Amino acid sequence: MSATVQADPATPAGSASGLSRRRPIGDRGFQALALASGLLVLVILVLIAITMSQQSTSWFSSEGWSGIFSIDWDPAHGKFGAMAFLYGTVVVSLIAIIVAYPVSMGVALLLTEVVPRRWAQPIVYVIDLLAVVPSVVWGLWGILVLVPWLQTAIYPHVASALNGIWVLGNLFGFLNGNYVSGASFFTAGLILAIMITPIVTSLSREVMATVPVTDKEGAYALGATRWEMIRGAVWPHSQVGIIGATLLGLGRAMGETIAVALVIGASPTISSHLFTPGYAMPAVIALQFGEATVGVFRAALIGMGVLLFVLTIIVNLSARAIVGRNARRMRGA
Amino acid sequence: MMEQQDQQEQQVVAKLEIPQTTAAAAELSTADADRVFDAQNVSIYYGSFRAVTDVSISIYQNEITAFIGPSGCGKTTVLRTLNRMNDLIATARVEGDVHYRGASLYAKTVSPTAVRRRIGMVFQKPNPFPKSIYENVAYGPRINGVKGKSRLDEIVEHSLRQAALWDEVKDRLSKSGLGLSGGQAQRLCIARTLAVEPDVVLMDEPCSALDPIATGRIEDLMQEIKARYTIVIVTHNMQQATRVSDRTAFFSVLRDEKPGRADTRTGVLVEYGATAQIFGDPQDERTKAYVTGRMG
Amino acid sequence: MAVTTNQSAVDLREPSGWRRAKNQFATGAMWFTFACMLVPLGFVLVTVVAKGASTITWQFLTNSTIPPNILPANIGGMGAAVVGTLEITGGAAVIAIPLGILGAVYLNEYGGNRPLARVLSFFSDVMTGVPSIVMGLFIFTIWVLHFGYSGLAGSFALACLMLPIVIRSSYEMLRLVPDSLREGSYALGATKARVTLTVVLPAAIGGIVSGALLAVARAAGETAPLLFTILTVEATNPNLFSGANTALSTQIWVNAQQPYAGAVARGWGAALTLIAIAFILMIVARLVTARFARYSR
Repeated sequence: MSATVQADPATPAGSASGLSRRRPIGDRGFQALALASGLLVLVILVLIAITMSQQSTSWFSSEGWSGIFSIDWDPAHGKFGAMAFLYGTVVVSLIAIIVAYPVSMGVALLLTEVVPRRWAQPIVYVIDLLAVVPSVVWGLWGILVLVPWLQTAIYPHVASALNGIWVLGNLFGFLNGNYVSGASFFTAGLILAIMITPIVTSLSREVMATVPVTDKEGAYALGATRWEMIRGAVWPHSQVGIIGATLLGLGRAMGETIAVALVIGASPTISSHLFTPGYAMPAVIALQFGEATVGVFRAALIGMGVLLFVLTIIVNLSARAIVGRNARRMRGA
Repeated sequence: MMEQQDQQEQQVVAKLEIPQTTAAAAELSTADADRVFDAQNVSIYYGSFRAVTDVSISIYQNEITAFIGPSGCGKTTVLRTLNRMNDLIATARVEGDVHYRGASLYAKTVSPTAVRRRIGMVFQKPNPFPKSIYENVAYGPRINGVKGKSRLDEIVEHSLRQAALWDEVKDRLSKSGLGLSGGQAQRLCIARTLAVEPDVVLMDEPCSALDPIATGRIEDLMQEIKARYTIVIVTHNMQQATRVSDRTAFFSVLRDEKPGRADTRTGVLVEYGATAQIFGDPQDERTKAYVTGRMG
Repeated sequence: MAVTTNQSAVDLREPSGWRRAKNQFATGAMWFTFACMLVPLGFVLVTVVAKGASTITWQFLTNSTIPPNILPANIGGMGAAVVGTLEITGGAAVIAIPLGILGAVYLNEYGGNRPLARVLSFFSDVMTGVPSIVMGLFIFTIWVLHFGYSGLAGSFALACLMLPIVIRSSYEMLRLVPDSLREGSYALGATKARVTLTVVLPAAIGGIVSGALLAVARAAGETAPLLFTILTVEATNPNLFSGANTALSTQIWVNAQQPYAGAVARGWGAALTLIAIAFILMIVARLVTARFARYSR
């Protein structure tokens, strides 16, 4: 037999010499490369915070704390209060999760408890398809199809039905005569809801899948119907995780730009009436950036970008904190 | 009463029928030159938990040494120390000296990858790579610098023959290694290990996941390759130890002050010697209890 | 011994009407929520296909000059935008995918439980939640202000978006590779880099590719990061590295705000094209998973 494997004939297998070889350069180089790639994430996040804050300092210095959060937005006269946009972002995102939560819950339960494995695939495909439609296509469809339809066929009826009713009338009734706008807070919230449902559903499904089978069997063994089992076994285990999933959906909704910009009506108003045109932070940045060529205007828009960055990070961290604490509690730690 | 016990023990021991293939105690070498491993007062820790304490053992050239003992007494831990596989566990720590052919295995200048090229390992559950049979065997030589198709072909065929697998797979070398039966897959893993021409082959319960026929074939294989390699095998099967090994080391757990959870037991080497002696005339009472108790 | 039998009948009927009704109502409500998902999806797909199909011609897809908005749909085409989308998204993929896989390799193979790895994994998750418009603004401030608008800037912005997604999905795939494979490779004397490159990555490659394709599909549809980096123009600019560029997503954005029927029709055509691209990528990703992903949850 002549084939040998010795890479180094001077050190045959039956001796101990040659054991000492430093770690090859290729091995250490690869590790360094991998580490550098991992660090990139941190570097980018830090750079985002630093450079964008730098660009927006003139906004802060010219307006001060009270000015930044004032409701006075009038670029032509040098007024850059961002409250209207903050308000719009919050309102539209809240509408989105209020609408998306039950829908996501229902579909997630459908997939984990009701539908047998084999038939789950088509439903998952629908969720995937919903997720892959680009934001700008939702916006195009929204402004050209959904908005006119809502404005003529739906909103007037809702408004006249709810007009004058306590609280609901303020939200959905008539304001300033018989005017309701298709391009409004509510429409933007609706489209956002459609867009965040896939991710909230997927995350909720994952949470529900971790419910121990023994708990579910225990409920059934006591003679519970499926709905009773869901309320008794699935719900307590999943509650917190689903809140985390919803918060993550909230974060996505707050940052969503294009679809909102096209259907929200581009009018910086603060109003409790949801069928009124409004505005939101990412929307104004997208729509007005072209005109903000210089100075405080641009600094204000970039500053709102920083605000958005900070807000979404806070929401994300809260979501992870809530889910994390729940995970520890479930493990009994 | 004592006589009765002795008689019973002798009857049981007689059933063991130490086969002739293993060397009689008198023939086993004790020369320094034949020593492959020399462990002195080795203790192994996982974090603050002491898994194995004060093990001193010498492994000799071209012999099959078996580690036996109840579960959780550190046999696999000691085995993995011999090729520095415990390095892969972050909290593992080895105290004491382990010498391989005179050189310290845990010296700071020693490269674990060079160690593992010389001291190979076969695992309990066969773990062929998701590659073709050919590529599985060629993997080791390739990463050690062997190029050239004809050389690799030679090495692959030679290794598969040594592992008694060549005839079964020679027509389907390009098929995936995952498609083999349990016994075949384990022989593939052995071929893969032999392809780098190691000095020592460590085996961690290699047959525990296999049926008796596959087990028998691997035991035959071990006898065949013994002339070229030194083998250390961890086994739960005492009959296997008597069938194949020249020396046997019996591990057990420390007599605990507080009996209780299994994961706080520390392993210790109780007795080590020629297989014929360990099973025929065990000196330590714990050895005797284990060897006879399991058969009774 | 006398045998006594229980005389009362055993009641094996369904639970009481009220409980049954609640159960059925709940099931019905769940199916209703699914319909709520199905309706907008169907609505938008039908609309886009109906309004966009008539605009799609070979000329539409390849004509390299985008006409002024006033002109009707059958003049000119969106070829410039198609090229732009493919180039810019391709550039982003080339940047983000290798870096993302390497980052995931660090987190899973080298990082272990060390504090640095946990910090990086944490921030990688945080970064997936950063809005895409912030990525666009970021690249604007550090690149465009110094080097001007270009397709490359757009690629950077999209790459920032894709990076954490690729890291996360590759990390999950690497985690699924069983440790026994790694041990087998180490026991043959392989270094860690060798183990990773020759055994772990090939075993996980199906899932990694699938995840990368989905990230590309997401990036191809993004508009906001491009608004601040490429400055939508009307002619094809094959040079990724200099000069303003255009893409399907930004063109749709512009056309959606136009009053002219021609521009709107072109917008629908571009929307259909963009959806088709995203769908194809998604379907290929699913096929790759089905055929090549060795380990799945």
